Amino acid sequence: MSKLTLKTEGDTHVVVTRRFAAPPEAVYRAHTDPALIQKWLLGPDGWTMPVCVSEARPGGKIRYEWTNGKGDAFFLTGEYVTLNPVRRIAHVERMHMPGPTPDNHVETRFDPDGAGTLMTLRMTLPDAATRAAMLATGMERGMDASYARLEGMI
Amino acid sequence: MSAVLDTAFAALADPTRRAILARLAKGEATVMELAEPFDLTQPAISQHLRVLEDAGLVTGRVDGTRRPRRLVHEGIDAMDQWLAMLRKALGKNYDRLDEVLASMSQPKTKRGAKR
Repeated sequence: MSKLTLKTEGDTHVVVTRRFAAPPEAVYRAHTDPALIQKWLLGPDGWTMPVCVSEARPGGKIRYEWTNGKGDAFFLTGEYVTLNPVRRIAHVERMHMPGPTPDNHVETRFDPDGAGTLMTLRMTLPDAATRAAMLATGMERGMDASYARLEGMI
Repeated sequence: MSAVLDTAFAALADPTRRAILARLAKGEATVMELAEPFDLTQPAISQHLRVLEDAGLVTGRVDGTRRPRRLVHEGIDAMDQWLAMLRKALGKNYDRLDEVLASMSQPKTKRGAKR
């Protein structure tokens, strides 16, 4: 099923869209409630998120820690910028691998789509090189790993 | 992720280089032919070609005095496979989210058992 789209926009953006069967209220909650985030934001099979901090208010902290139980681990930190329940979240995040990657500004929108939701996630990286590096490195989180349908680029 | 792929994605960060690849996707071309549609000098195009060649995405052959460049399909395929893998990992997260959402809306709503 190809519900997911993933593409680059301009030189510094990455845009992901995905439709969900649930209403925006539920999808928004699943993106902000730590107990729910821990259930799905995991990347490849075998990884878990033992630590999940998500203070869903402006300036609130974000910290996700992942491990594969074999000694591999990494984490992400960030801050919420603005939240418009249940339609929009703006936050900043960076991976620590272990050095921090440049800030990724993320806007996530949840628009009603029939009985469900159309989510549009738009990442803004500081420059094209950072976006390329992110693309090249990939991120186990899957989420950050971006991008771009190659056909769209060439 | 191999260093080769790393270089390949970095090479693609530049819009002119993406346009050059788009042109080469239609068939081989010389530096002069490539410079034409762009507002760039031949040395500038050569510079971009060097980056693409180092990244394993473009190669050249000698044809008399001409040196036409073409895409290296193995390089493009490797990038495509990597992107497919990333897309799959991302898709996996959201497939899990589908399950979470289904379980959230379960109790005493009219919704039936999950799919």
